[in-house]
Amino acid sequence: MTTVKDVCRHVRSKNAGPYWVTFDLFFDGPDSFEKHHANPALGPQLFQRLFGADPALVRHYPVADLNVVKISYARTSPQGGVVERDMHCGQQFVRLLDVQLD
Amino acid sequence: MGAHAIATDAGSTDSGAAYLALGMSKNNRSSVKRDLAILMKAGAEAGIPVIVGTSGQAGGDKNVDWTRDIALEIAAEHGLNPKIALLYSEVDKASLKVRNAAGQVKPLAPLGALDDATIDSCDHIVAVLGAEPYVSALEAGADLILGGRTTDTAVLSSFALLKGAPWGPAWHAAKIAECGSQCAVYRTKGAGVMISIDNDGFEVETLSLENRCDPHSVSAHMLYENSNPFRLTEPGGVLDVTQARYVALDERRVGVTGSVWEKTPYTVKLEGAGAGGYQTIMLVGIQDPEVLSRLDEFHDKMLAALRHRVDTTIGAAAGDYHISLRLYGWNAVSGDKPSEGTPAPREVGVLFVATAATQDMASQIAKACNAWFFHFPIVEDEELPSYGFAFTPADIERGAVYEFKLNHVVELDDPMELVRTTWIDLKKKEAA
Repeated sequence: MTTVKDVCRHVRSKNAGPYWVTFDLFFDGPDSFEKHHANPALGPQLFQRLFGADPALVRHYPVADLNVVKISYARTSPQGGVVERDMHCGQQFVRLLDVQLD
Repeated sequence: MGAHAIATDAGSTDSGAAYLALGMSKNNRSSVKRDLAILMKAGAEAGIPVIVGTSGQAGGDKNVDWTRDIALEIAAEHGLNPKIALLYSEVDKASLKVRNAAGQVKPLAPLGALDDATIDSCDHIVAVLGAEPYVSALEAGADLILGGRTTDTAVLSSFALLKGAPWGPAWHAAKIAECGSQCAVYRTKGAGVMISIDNDGFEVETLSLENRCDPHSVSAHMLYENSNPFRLTEPGGVLDVTQARYVALDERRVGVTGSVWEKTPYTVKLEGAGAGGYQTIMLVGIQDPEVLSRLDEFHDKMLAALRHRVDTTIGAAAGDYHISLRLYGWNAVSGDKPSEGTPAPREVGVLFVATAATQDMASQIAKACNAWFFHFPIVEDEELPSYGFAFTPADIERGAVYEFKLNHVVELDDPMELVRTTWIDLKKKEAA
């Protein structure tokens, strides 16, 4: 069983403006990147399940030169609104760490 | 070879909509004064312009004026006489409605078409400026530019564009330099970077000799706070770095080539912020092991009891209210249920947040819940507990909830349409 935190040296999350959240998964080398970056476990359904995201508004960008996959989704509630718990979305990455890749 | 201009972005939407809605800075006045004084003195000594974008955190007219007053104070204290350009970018609601009705306003995902009610619900609306107003102010001889809301990149690219640099490298260099040493190997050693742009590309190096850039640190910065790492949409174009190449020039400097600017019809983004309800909060700390071993159950039971309490005491007068309990130490950040078997923490802080249409009603709701929140038992029929609370009065009025309300662009015929430039020429004042 391999999880995201097993194959990434760093995972981070951050606002990309008030309406989008973006995740950067820094794989620990080209082998891990090649093997896992397109894994369906990291697909739009994951972001729907974990964050309530609209799957049609999940974007997936592999950056091979950096062994990174960037995934962005549109927020379901406005930044800083009534139910805000993470204004910069800086802690949202934690929920990706234990996602199983195989 | 020294710098030809000093440019910095002074704001962000990161910390939420309050700073635009209230027209206030997130930073304290004396830190901004200290930082701006360093830049203004350096600019004056070197005889080069100082360019500041998104003044006062949010770049609304009030934020610009706040920064202007600080700059005038600095000038007086240090005997500086800059020619100052103020670029205001607030948009008035009536003219925005006219543009909207004319079909010039388009939504960006995830929002839909703009309606007048949304425009009216904003306290302040700004247009996010591109580089043109800065280029124009530099052409007119500005020593100091204090800009309203502007894209980070436009602030940093403007001087190079004025000097005729190619647009791809100018915008890409600006994106890389927008957060200073974030694009360096060590993010905390020294704050700034020097960018040098020529016809083929650009170079970036840290101002601190103890820090350095490498191809990885520079290329990785395209990921930062950006939903797409290859294409960055700006007023009047898209920066495409799909084919960019990053090469180490020596141990500290990186050269970048292959950046492309795709010209598009001119659009600027709008940001609008307004209040959406008022909140009153209360806080307790809980160490009771019985509660800690049944936290999810405790949360759900307490929340239901508090809602029942509001409904039976205040009733319909409470309006469309909202209560949330956030268990710091357990699941406050996510709000998710931790997986089965997650060990109990030693203590949790429970934050009570009531939201209602008025501050008074939010506080009435908190007061109705007060005794229940501080003494709610996990085991019925036992002696009532008292949780650890730190303040009296226990309920704290937090003020309005500020939200961003717009995610739209306006199509413009002329990049200068939504900017109002005013000048303060201290040289002339000195002479007079």
